Formats: sequence, C-alpha cells, structure tokens
Amino acid sequence: MPEPIIRTEHLSRSFGTVKAIDDLSLEVPAGIVFGFLGPNGAGKTTTIHLLLGLLEPTQGRAWVLGFDTRTQADDIRARSGALLEFAGLYERMSAEDNLDLYGRIYRMPAPARRARTKELLTHLDLWDRRRDLVGAWSRGMKQKLAVARALFHHPPLVFLDEPTAGFDPVAAAALRDDLANLVAREGVTVFLNTHNLTEAETLCAQVGVIRQGKLVTVGAPDALRARTGGPQAEIVGRGFTEPMLATLRERPQVAHAELHNSHLLIALRGEGEMGPLVSLLVHAGAEVEEVRRGKASLEEVFLTLMEEEQR
Amino acid sequence: MSDIRTMIWKETKDSVLQGGWSASIRPLILLGILGIFSPWRIGPKWLALTPLAVAIVLVIPLLVILSFVGDAIAGERERHTLETLLAGRVSDRAILLSKIIVTTGYAWGTALLGLLLGLIVANLTKGQGSWEFYTQVDLLLETLALSLLANLLGVSGGVLISLRSATVRQAQQYLIVATLVLVVGVVLALKAVPAEAIASLSASQFWLIAMAVLAVLDAILLGASLVSFRRSHLILS
Repeated sequence: MPEPIIRTEHLSRSFGTVKAIDDLSLEVPAGIVFGFLGPNGAGKTTTIHLLLGLLEPTQGRAWVLGFDTRTQADDIRARSGALLEFAGLYERMSAEDNLDLYGRIYRMPAPARRARTKELLTHLDLWDRRRDLVGAWSRGMKQKLAVARALFHHPPLVFLDEPTAGFDPVAAAALRDDLANLVAREGVTVFLNTHNLTEAETLCAQVGVIRQGKLVTVGAPDALRARTGGPQAEIVGRGFTEPMLATLRERPQVAHAELHNSHLLIALRGEGEMGPLVSLLVHAGAEVEEVRRGKASLEEVFLTLMEEEQR
Repeated sequence: MSDIRTMIWKETKDSVLQGGWSASIRPLILLGILGIFSPWRIGPKWLALTPLAVAIVLVIPLLVILSFVGDAIAGERERHTLETLLAGRVSDRAILLSKIIVTTGYAWGTALLGLLLGLIVANLTKGQGSWEFYTQVDLLLETLALSLLANLLGVSGGVLISLRSATVRQAQQYLIVATLVLVVGVVLALKAVPAEAIASLSASQFWLIAMAVLAVLDAILLGASLVSFRRSHLILS
C-alpha cells in the first residue's frame, strides 16, 4: 500500500485553555482531493498551519510528503503550494510579477517561469490582463491568480483554505470548475478546507469531518452517505393524512417519514422497496403523482454528524 | 543569498517602485530639501560640509525611513501577504534582511543623491569660477559612514516596531514616539558628558565614537529583529 502523503498521529494544538485540534489521527492518500469539512472555528485552518509546520503541535506528530512537520517543515514548504484564508497577492504588482515572484522563491529558472506564467494565465483566461496591477482586479480573478500561484512550481501537494468563501454562487461555481480542471490536469494531491458541502461533493474523493478540533469521521462521500444517511424517497401527490404516515412509519423499510406541503419525504432502511409503500398509500386513498428516489446529500450527512456529535 | 536577492527584487517592486506618483511625492520633497533647497540656502559653504549641512544629510534620510518602514511587516500583515509568504519556502532571515537592506539602501541612496545634487547646486550658487568638489573628503566619507549606520539604526528599530504592530497606523504612531525618545535621549546623553571631555576630542575622534555607538546599537536592534521574526510568532499574531 502506498505511503499516505499526509499522516497525523494524535495531533493536538491548544491555544491557552482552548483545544483547537484534539487528537487528530488522519491519513490522506496521494493523488486525490481530500476535503476537510467543518463549521467555522472547527480547527481547519489550524490543521493547515500545523501541516505546513507554521505552528508546532502541543502533542502528537504529523508527516507531510514523508517529512516531519516539527523538524523538516522547510522541506514541506519547499515541496507544497498553499492558498490560505486570504489570496495574499501583492496588489501593487502585476499578475505576472506576482507569479514570477513565487517562481523565483521556488528557484525556477527564468524561461521556465515565463512558460509557466503563460500556461497558467492562458488556462485561466487571465493572460490578456497579465500586466494589470492585481489591485484593480475583481475578487474572483484574484482568487484564480492565487490558485495559479499555489500550483506554479508544480508542487505534488497543495493546501487550499476555503478558496470560494464569500463568493456568490456563480463565481464560486466558476472557480470550482477552474480548480477541478487544474487539479485534474496537474495531477496534484489537494488538501481542501471547506465548509461548502457542494464544493466537497463536487471536488473531493474523500472527506474528513471535523468539529471542535475533533475528527468526527473520514471516508468517501458515498461511504459517508451509506453510513449516516440511507436512501431516500420523495412522493408527490394529494390526500396524504396523519394515519397514513403512522402506518408508513410502522413498516420495517421506513426509518422516517414526514410531510412537507404535498411532498411526502421518506428515509428508507437498506434498499427499501418502494412498490409496497406506494401501494399502501393508494389503497388508503392518496393520489400519487410522482415518486422520486435519491441519496442523502452530503449536507444532510454533515448535519446528521454534527447533531450526533452534539448529543 | 539567492533568497535574499529574490526578496530584494520583491521589495523593490512592491514598496519602492509601485507606490505610484502620490507615494513618491514625500521622498521627492525630502530629496529636494536635502539636495536643492539646503545647498542653495547655505551656498558655497555647503561644499565644506558645515555642521548644519552634515545634520541635514543625516536627518533627511531618516525622515524617508519614517515614511516607509512602518509598512515593512505591519503592512504585509494588514494586506494578508505575510501569511502566504511564510507558507512558502523562503527563510525568515531572507524576508527580514531584504526589508532592512532595501529600506536602508533607499535612505542611504537619498543621502548620496542629495550630496550629489548639493554639489551641483552649491557650485551653481558660487557663480563664476572653477567647479569644486567637497573640500574635506575625509569628512565627506565620515558623514556617509555615519549616515549609513544611522539609517541602519532607523530601519532596524523601525522594522522591530513594525513587527510588533498590528497595523501600519499603529506602527507609525509608535515610530513617532520612538523618534522623539531617541532625539531626547541623544540630547540628554550629550548633556551628560562633561563639556571638557567633548572639547578635548578631535573631530575624527568624535566621529569615530559616534560611529562605534551607532554600530553597537545597530547590532543590538538587528539581533532583536532577527530573534523576533519567527514564523510561529507571526502566524499567531
């Protein structure tokens, strides 16, 4: 089995009496987009700081790209890219100078820097604006440039801290598309901090859920759905009554049923065959117009996990 | 060394060249006072580097530093560029030293340019006659050395203050207070030394003592800045 690109063992970090990260043990395989999901203040940014060796853990250890974050942080930072909470661009410099700076920092020769600048800016539709001062750009353009900067020196691992936070849905979707294309093209491993579940669902092969510094669960989005949220069904129609719902709830394949206007939402156990349930409703006098089956969204899984943790 | 060169390139692009016309006005005014107005007012005596001329050559670049140095670290923190820089591979030392080198070089460059302009203006005020260079070359060299050490002191202290300030505005407020404390301190220190002791020193001895004191203070402040500039501290702040 290949060595994970990120491995943490009982990693903890406290700030005074507050435990920002609490006993985090995690393995991230190479070559995937790993989503680190959690509400604000869950410890996602602190985790990135620890993995980049910018902060020392209070307890536990972590290895990134095979290097110890305590003793070999320089090696980690030399081989990874990062887009942290803010774009961190020099707004009084042009876009190409911003990229050139990071190329110089990573000791790329001048011809390679020029070629890479052209390649990335062209791919992101920013080439024509390369000589503009970045301060004059829109937020979306700046964030795209910051993504390009993180990938500029061909790092095998990139840390992205909430790259679409604060964006309107259209801009966020556009940036996500760019990000997905770039990541697939470059073949990098991405550690993506996000509280955006659509983002995690769209981009990530695996997600870890963190709450109050503790890792709640980790796995592929589908596996999480299977573990926490089973299949669901939605029945649209008329004449649904409380006694019908009570009868439904007694059936072994029904975990939960509730009525929202004319929509009957049913959480199923196992594969949960729908035929007998629809038949039961029709015989009881309901008019069924449409039956839809689906899986729980990652958002529902996430909310369930958060609720379970709170209990 | 390559890291320092890279960061000097960045500092020059970001701080010195890209501030726009409005940001250049203050340094240009200061250069005008040093290189044009003062030599024109003092006249041909400027070439003899009178105590007033030397004081101007020493003080004006310090004012240039005051207008730049508060931004050094606090500005990067305020604009959120520092965190990204720290997440990269460049060393703490390269980031800090490049800021010190560029700002000191800029201030000392102002002194050199001011002396060059002053040479031209002072010769022009003489009217007819042959062009003269500064009459006391050893005093000129001592002034330049003292200016370099004084600028380094200003920059090291300024960077240290900027390092400990949350915002550029706060850094500038602290810088003003620190400058006042320094001026009062120098005056009090000079007053504390018996007048006979100062009178017994030759000009060269006086300059040498001043340079030695500045060199020691430079070393202390530079060391303190290097110790304070640590990734983990900066990330937490």
